[in-house]
Amino acid sequence: MTQIKFNIKGLNIWFGSIYALRQISMDILANEILSVIGPSNSGKTTFLRMLNRLNDLSQNFRMNGTVMLMGRDIRGIDAELLRKRVGMVFALPLVLPLSIFDNTAYGLRMHGIKNMKILKNKIEESLREAHLWEEVKDRLDEEAFKLSGGQQQRLCIARTLAVEPEVILFDEPCSGLDPISTAKVEDTMVKLKQKYTVVLVTNNVKQAARVGDRTAFFLNGELIELDTTDKIFTVPKDKRTDDYIRGKFG
Amino acid sequence: MIKNPYRTQNIAFFFLFLATLLIVIPVGLIVVLIIQKGLPAINWQFLFSLPRQGMRAGGIFPAIIGTIYLVAGAIIFALPIGLLAAVYLSEYAKDNLLTRIIKLAIVNLSGVPSVVYGLFGLVLFVVFFKFGASIISGSLTLGIMILPVIITTSREALESVPYSFREVSLSLGASKWQTIRHIVLPNAIPGILTGTILGLGRVAGETAPILFTVAAFYLPQLPKSIFDQVMALPYHLYVISTQVPNVDEKMRYGTALVLLALVLFMNLVTVIIRYKFRKKKKW
Repeated sequence: MTQIKFNIKGLNIWFGSIYALRQISMDILANEILSVIGPSNSGKTTFLRMLNRLNDLSQNFRMNGTVMLMGRDIRGIDAELLRKRVGMVFALPLVLPLSIFDNTAYGLRMHGIKNMKILKNKIEESLREAHLWEEVKDRLDEEAFKLSGGQQQRLCIARTLAVEPEVILFDEPCSGLDPISTAKVEDTMVKLKQKYTVVLVTNNVKQAARVGDRTAFFLNGELIELDTTDKIFTVPKDKRTDDYIRGKFG
Repeated sequence: MIKNPYRTQNIAFFFLFLATLLIVIPVGLIVVLIIQKGLPAINWQFLFSLPRQGMRAGGIFPAIIGTIYLVAGAIIFALPIGLLAAVYLSEYAKDNLLTRIIKLAIVNLSGVPSVVYGLFGLVLFVVFFKFGASIISGSLTLGIMILPVIITTSREALESVPYSFREVSLSLGASKWQTIRHIVLPNAIPGILTGTILGLGRVAGETAPILFTVAAFYLPQLPKSIFDQVMALPYHLYVISTQVPNVDEKMRYGTALVLLALVLFMNLVTVIIRYKFRKKKKW
């Protein structure tokens, strides 16, 4: 039986007077890639940032309903611990103004790991997992800004992997990348699902079709449909889903 | 007449250039004048000996030392406190009416005339805390005077660190303090140093705040503790220019030159540090 990673029940989110997510109830399964699609302003990113509580940083954020991670309400988990378990890769390759090595080691160091041997091993492992090791192994001390956009995004993935999360959230990770880099990142994501649960928010409907096991369609803050990717893209139940994936709006 | 865009542009350039020239010329003249008239006075004895004959001869060593003490004291006091306040205001304080009022008040405090700070220092440090006219009273008064500058520039430097860096750090499970300590502060250092430079210049040059709190009219000896009075360059300059008759002109300009050089030197050190940090900044 597949394990349920996230269980979400009756989730409502507001930012001030904006009603961003409406009555979302769904499960996210362990070791699946869940694609979240929908036009801009549909609440996809808000949904994603709920899972690691980044929404908490917004001043006028309010919510009700529950989000459970492995049976525990995430509001009862320390934000730092939760974010260690639920990593995130952002839309733009946001490398920190540090060297390649220090970028990858950042999370580990923040969690108190100082031993250089452990750090080196972990960093090699993470960079290999993100398919970046061969390209950077001789220049780990260089500034991360010198890498190309695609390399930077894979560095961000490696940085997230290094802290050994259970779930990785991708927020439109390929929006700034060329097709070849996109293919590499997608390839990485597919391999990651053996060890991790992946939630992928994307504006690229084809990308959702390529990598997602299941696909959720959001519109105006509502979850319209959630099913296996095959069904969403061949026999969607809701007409709006059909219209969106055919490119009639959005 | 047909409008010629190139001519319009040339006319605009001319006026912009003229405005720049109007700023540069007075500054250049001041420097040239002071160097020309002051340089003959500069020698080993002038820099490193005590004043004699009612400041008409001898050197200005006590005033140089006094100014260095005051600048160091003011920065040691104001930089940590200003930085901590800036961190609180930019990172922790909620964006509400009270915070905005506090920020506005701090910005406005930097416009308060320095003589007001002098009176404040007299009441608080000299009289109430019974420090008397002393280095500590003067340093604290000068420190309070430059706090608004340091807080405002530091706050702007902290706020200019991209928000996305903080989100990345937090998303990796770092705590808010770790994020500030490892991401925000290191990237804000150049801006913080700019505030420090502005503060240094003001502290070294102000006369009014030290008038009531520390400056000695004539004290031909070096201070033994922070509770002693000292001479200071700006006040000494005022004294030998207006209060003591028959002082050689080159001594006055020599003193001004030393003050200018001292400020320039301190700024240079800060600029070099800032340059080192700025080289790392890549976004």
